[in-house]
Amino acid sequence: MAETMTGADPAASWGPARNGTEDRVPLLRMEGIDKHFPGVHALKSVSLEVYPGECLGLVGENGAGKSTLMKILSGVYAPDAGVLTMAGAPIRLADPRQAQKLGIAIIYQEFNLCPNLSVESNVFIGREPSGAGFIHAKMLHRQTQALLNQLGVRLNPRAIVHDLSVAEQQMVEIAKALSLNARLVIMDEPTSALTETEVDALLRIIRALKERGLAVIYISHRLDEVLAICDRITVLRDGQNAGELTVAEATPEKIVRLMVGRNLDDLYRKEEAETIRPEPVLEVRHLGRTGSARDASEIVLEDVSLELRPGEIVGLAGLVGSGRTELARAIFGADRFDRGEVRIEGRPVTIRSPRDAIRQGIGLVPEDRKAQALVLKLAVRENMSLSALGRLTRLGFVRLGLERRLAREFVDVLQIRTPSLEQQVVNLSGGNQQKVVIAKWLVLQPRVLIMDEPTRGIDIGAKAEVHGLMTKLAKQGVAILMISSELPEVLGMSDRVLVMREGRIAGELPRGEATQERIMALATGVTSGETAA
Amino acid sequence: MGTGTITGDNILDRPGSRVDVVGLLGRLAPTIFLAVLVVVFWQLEPAFLSERNLLNVMRQISITGIIAVGMTFVILTGGIDLSVGSLLAFAGIVGAAVAKDARGLLAGGVTDPGGTAVLEGALAAMGIGLGAGLIHGFLVAKTRVPAFVVTLGGLSVWRGATQVFSQGQPISSFSNDFKYWGQGYVGRVPVPVIIFLAFVVLGAIVLRFTRYGRWIYAVGGNPEAARLSGLNTTGLIMSVYILSGFCAGLAGFLLTSRLNSAEVVAGQGYELTVIAAVVIGGTSLFGGEGRVLGTLVGAMLIGVLSNGLTLRNVNPYWQPIIIGIIVVLSVFVDQVAKRRRG
Repeated sequence: MAETMTGADPAASWGPARNGTEDRVPLLRMEGIDKHFPGVHALKSVSLEVYPGECLGLVGENGAGKSTLMKILSGVYAPDAGVLTMAGAPIRLADPRQAQKLGIAIIYQEFNLCPNLSVESNVFIGREPSGAGFIHAKMLHRQTQALLNQLGVRLNPRAIVHDLSVAEQQMVEIAKALSLNARLVIMDEPTSALTETEVDALLRIIRALKERGLAVIYISHRLDEVLAICDRITVLRDGQNAGELTVAEATPEKIVRLMVGRNLDDLYRKEEAETIRPEPVLEVRHLGRTGSARDASEIVLEDVSLELRPGEIVGLAGLVGSGRTELARAIFGADRFDRGEVRIEGRPVTIRSPRDAIRQGIGLVPEDRKAQALVLKLAVRENMSLSALGRLTRLGFVRLGLERRLAREFVDVLQIRTPSLEQQVVNLSGGNQQKVVIAKWLVLQPRVLIMDEPTRGIDIGAKAEVHGLMTKLAKQGVAILMISSELPEVLGMSDRVLVMREGRIAGELPRGEATQERIMALATGVTSGETAA
Repeated sequence: MGTGTITGDNILDRPGSRVDVVGLLGRLAPTIFLAVLVVVFWQLEPAFLSERNLLNVMRQISITGIIAVGMTFVILTGGIDLSVGSLLAFAGIVGAAVAKDARGLLAGGVTDPGGTAVLEGALAAMGIGLGAGLIHGFLVAKTRVPAFVVTLGGLSVWRGATQVFSQGQPISSFSNDFKYWGQGYVGRVPVPVIIFLAFVVLGAIVLRFTRYGRWIYAVGGNPEAARLSGLNTTGLIMSVYILSGFCAGLAGFLLTSRLNSAEVVAGQGYELTVIAAVVIGGTSLFGGEGRVLGTLVGAMLIGVLSNGLTLRNVNPYWQPIIIGIIVVLSVFVDQVAKRRRG
């Protein structure tokens, strides 16, 4: 793909790239940036610089200040103090348009695209080539095609964005940035929703951008990617510069140490569970569901059977779209299923809604905490008690004292970092938000806890804490079904691994026999010789 | 990483977080504006601040105010109820007919017999409100037809039902028992004002201290999270339309009593006044944010403005223009405050 980048490019105005950052003027320099929010000192004299043709990795735990910094760069926030210079000249960013004019393009995790419009309309939105008010359709098409060619992306400019994959939508964003003559492209967790092949394609494109002399700021939790693509790495911690490393001297361990300010023990639990009881608490038998939102005849789940025992953590692996989330939601009553049954402690139970499931002692930590688990405008305390409010009520009135005590307890036990119980959860970092979600279920003391991607998008420190919590819960006799796309997490945390493929359980691997290769073989259906069936 | 990043250090640095001045000002803006208006009108027209006039203002806003309390719940769930004005008329006229007991009594201008007949009339009006609210709520919660559409339909249907029921004729003249609820006093306070304030206090308590109130905020803030937390979201959404219908029904009875007549055109346009009061009071049309006390302030603001302008002999045609501007302005101020907070 990279070869296609060398072709003629109509929109090009970028200078040649040189490597090495010495005695050159940085494209962008931020110096002594300070930002306060009510109750929070979000950035304390943060500095960074990025040179043309360079990729700067920006890493830090959730809450370290990366997003705030980026919002200052994009003109969303004004810093309280500090200097911004671009190619040596001081700049002020009063609003996002100004940032755009200066050649700063930001690609957020949530894309700024109109899903109902075509690729070309999105790339040139607001700047459509036109005459007398009419869009010059051919020119629009040609220019978009040229940009996509430069990126080496095969994509129909007339395709509707909403039909594209996440990775393809990202390419549209990048094409849009190029069309704006961006000199600095900032990517915020660009790979969190991409498959491995898509990640490779993205890294290739970033390399191509660097070759063209663009500067890239790459924000990611995935240190392997950061090490693969970045030239330098700036680490933030608690709103301050924690350190800077060149890629040559950086190792994952060094980065993590700077990020968390301490050495981390192994991320995942090692010890075998000792306390698994033999009688299953949850049994799922021959569960099946036909028909999805897209296709009424699609088989979503087929003949899924599984058992969970008190005290065990069962990993549920599989590719995205293999039916893992659908299975979790069916067990929890969030989606219907039309065949099969669910048993709790041997008794068949009817679960038609999450309410029914909760009554049976089942909890679900859903995959998207902001959309599915939290009421962002409500306080930490109010979110924690939401499911258990029935037990905290007398004559219809919430027992506020009891509620507060309970919330305080869980904030302490889970080490949730929040200025107060009354803080709106929207203001917490991702890891702390996830802990609030978990706390919400712990209040109910569930027998079964289904966790869908429990550590997605949270930083390494919080991740370890969530894992520790899961281990503790299992020891207390909770049965945990953990869906995860991260194989190291599946391998590290699970007592058993179930692998799904195309709506079915493709196989089961006990802890001792589970390897990345075997799981992938089951998940993809590509059997190499020694794979367990 | 949210907007306000939070770290352990900050907790140690600042045990008591800084006062959120901009946010507080944004929240208090309607109250401040109300106070300013009161002072201005008082300076211009000392009679404005007389007890009589103030009670008069309260009485003027009491009927739309009662509906606005119900509307606050609806809007908190992210919904809307456009049917309240029409429903008020229908409930009012049915209540009037029930109190008069027989169609035969309607034409001749004979008053109702008073006593339990009034209770029957009031119950009929509230029952109509509950029933209509149940239909709205069912349609909104179960069929996924947007609330705007369902209640826009209701706005038309209930007005039409009023006309069909009354054949276009108002039902007028009632017993003193009947008129007491709209025209009477307890001490020096008009009865509808007492009912209105009781609704405000009750609504505020329910939203603030009860489980049901918490659930309303949760459903409005994030319906999917509420459902996955085990809340009966369908039932909760239905309940707010039932409440809103009930308030409209009661308001219909009170307005009939106050005017000594159930008019076919009663309550026309009330939905807009009511929504204006709720919105001026700071309740977000997106749901999940707002307070009944804000609605009280919003309703009072509209009432004070209209009363003060009348006292100053401003052409009443100007009033809707000014109120319209204030609605937009209040949401603008709210948005600015939110943006400043980040």
